[in-house]
Amino acid sequence: MSPSKQDFILAVEGLTVSFDGFKAVNDLSLYLEPKEIRVIIGPNGAGKTTVLDLICGKTKATDGSIKFQGKELTKMSEHNIVRAGVGRKFQNPSIYEDLTVFENLEVSYPAGRSVIGALAFKRDAAVIEAVEEVAETIFLTDMLHQEAALLSHGQKQWLEIGMLLIQKPDLLMLDEPVAGMSVAERKKTAELLRVITENHTVLVIEHDMQFVGDIADRVTVMHQGKVLSEGSIDHVKQDPKVIEVYLGH
Amino acid sequence: MKANLFIEWLKSREGIYYVLLALLLVVVFPLALDSFRLNMVGKYLTYAFAAMGLVLCWGRSGILSLGQGIFFGLGGYCMAMFLKLEASSPENTAIQSTPGIPDFMDWNQLTALPWFWEPFHSFSFTLIAVLAVPALLAFIIAVAMFKRRVGGVYFAIITQAIAAILTILIIGQQGFTGGVNGITDLRTLMGWDIRTDEAKTLLYFVCVGMLFVCLIVGAWVMRSKLGRILLAMRDQEDRVRFSGYDVASFKIFVFCLAAMFAGVGGAMFTLQVGFMSPSFVGIVPSIEMVILCAVGGRNSLLGAIYGALIVNAAKTFFSESFPELWLYGLGVLFIAVVLAFPDGLAGLYRRYVMPLESKLPAILRRGNAEAQTLPVEEAK
Repeated sequence: MSPSKQDFILAVEGLTVSFDGFKAVNDLSLYLEPKEIRVIIGPNGAGKTTVLDLICGKTKATDGSIKFQGKELTKMSEHNIVRAGVGRKFQNPSIYEDLTVFENLEVSYPAGRSVIGALAFKRDAAVIEAVEEVAETIFLTDMLHQEAALLSHGQKQWLEIGMLLIQKPDLLMLDEPVAGMSVAERKKTAELLRVITENHTVLVIEHDMQFVGDIADRVTVMHQGKVLSEGSIDHVKQDPKVIEVYLGH
Repeated sequence: MKANLFIEWLKSREGIYYVLLALLLVVVFPLALDSFRLNMVGKYLTYAFAAMGLVLCWGRSGILSLGQGIFFGLGGYCMAMFLKLEASSPENTAIQSTPGIPDFMDWNQLTALPWFWEPFHSFSFTLIAVLAVPALLAFIIAVAMFKRRVGGVYFAIITQAIAAILTILIIGQQGFTGGVNGITDLRTLMGWDIRTDEAKTLLYFVCVGMLFVCLIVGAWVMRSKLGRILLAMRDQEDRVRFSGYDVASFKIFVFCLAAMFAGVGGAMFTLQVGFMSPSFVGIVPSIEMVILCAVGGRNSLLGAIYGALIVNAAKTFFSESFPELWLYGLGVLFIAVVLAFPDGLAGLYRRYVMPLESKLPAILRRGNAEAQTLPVEEAK
């Protein structure tokens, strides 16, 4: 049944993390194909955010392996995981409020990442072009030279997505990208994600079932640190176990 | 082309601030103050080096160090060791039981110069050591702390503890360091008597020159992408880390840079004041440096310089007139700054004076326009 591992961009196997004996993620396996949009859903405390933390290195795994394009991530430092091509958006918008939108994107641009490199970094045409291109994608062209603190909640979320896009990651992980957004903003975000997924593999955590249905190729349902069900949105919706622990409420 | 850009920059608002500071330090003070008071301004300015380091490290990067006195002291001691060795020539110390070693070593029954004093016979080594010794200790502290992700209050307390430890070490090792008296009776620098009024005036100008070197280096760092990363790191450390940066290496860099600034300040202090003692190393001077930086404005390099001048001048004034009140005054000042105007003098300036400035250039511009049209008319 298991296809050869080279087909997967991300292969998580037997992943376990234990906090003082409590297993937040318990023997979890997850396989992502290139250019796939995978959504993780599940009740609160199911371990969804912890899975993203483990993949991006914020939390160290107790056991198991995470292979990304053939590289073992569990032993790598956070910044090297990012440099390997994994981008992560946090649940609350994490942007640099004292910098302008342009500077936010520029700081995220993948050049001058060492101390010396950052001192020698020049804002050349390539940087400006990349920033403007991303700004257009995230609907913030008109706001480039505004302080990021002045953006609305939704715009901040887009800016953080933009800060990931400019790094050109191969895998993009988004933690509740539409939380706290208005209906209009949700629609625009879904549109944004569709553009993004033309070139990236995306792993999303989301609660909004409508939104999940709009974007997901496949859905993984988590419960108590384990995979409860996996498949298309319709398959998952009809799974009695899923209805019992999650959708039924 | 480059010269033109420089002139353009001087005409910009920021450039004018630098020019005004230079005028104040290079022209106004030397003309208005006698040699004694000018030397005191020079002493105040040595604290401005440490305060500028704190602007980079604390204001810009959010790393509060309560131990800048460590690096100020190390820079100062390096310079003092060189000057002391020069003052302890065998002729000058002929009455000692071991001529040719510093007097306090002789009093402490040392009969040979300790090995770590030997290289300080060389002036070029000393100049390097003034930068390298503080930087090296800062590097060791920073690697040990930041690689383990120790930060915030814990880091501040540890730096304060190190300042206390260093003071105790210097006082305890009297034979090697001069103990609680410090290294005193410094006379000449490469044969040039540093105790005369002329020498002190010249050293004041050297100090101002070094201050501007540090100011320009600091401003350059803040304007570079590294400066923006430091600011980003202060507000959203995780976001910077998960944007592919090794956060610890940036913290190590800025902490070492701040230490080097303080070291230069310490060396200039020794040269101008003529001695170095543990009372400039410990917790109290370290906290004073933080207060200078906070009063001036922790996000402004220029603010730190004005803060150092104003607070130290106030300190001199109050401790001459009401010696017992000064420490309370300093405490009240610090609390007032933190509660009422967290961006210090620079913040007050930005808020209240800058709006007035925009009216000023309108008048200046009119003046300039007239000046520019005149020659044209004459040419006709």
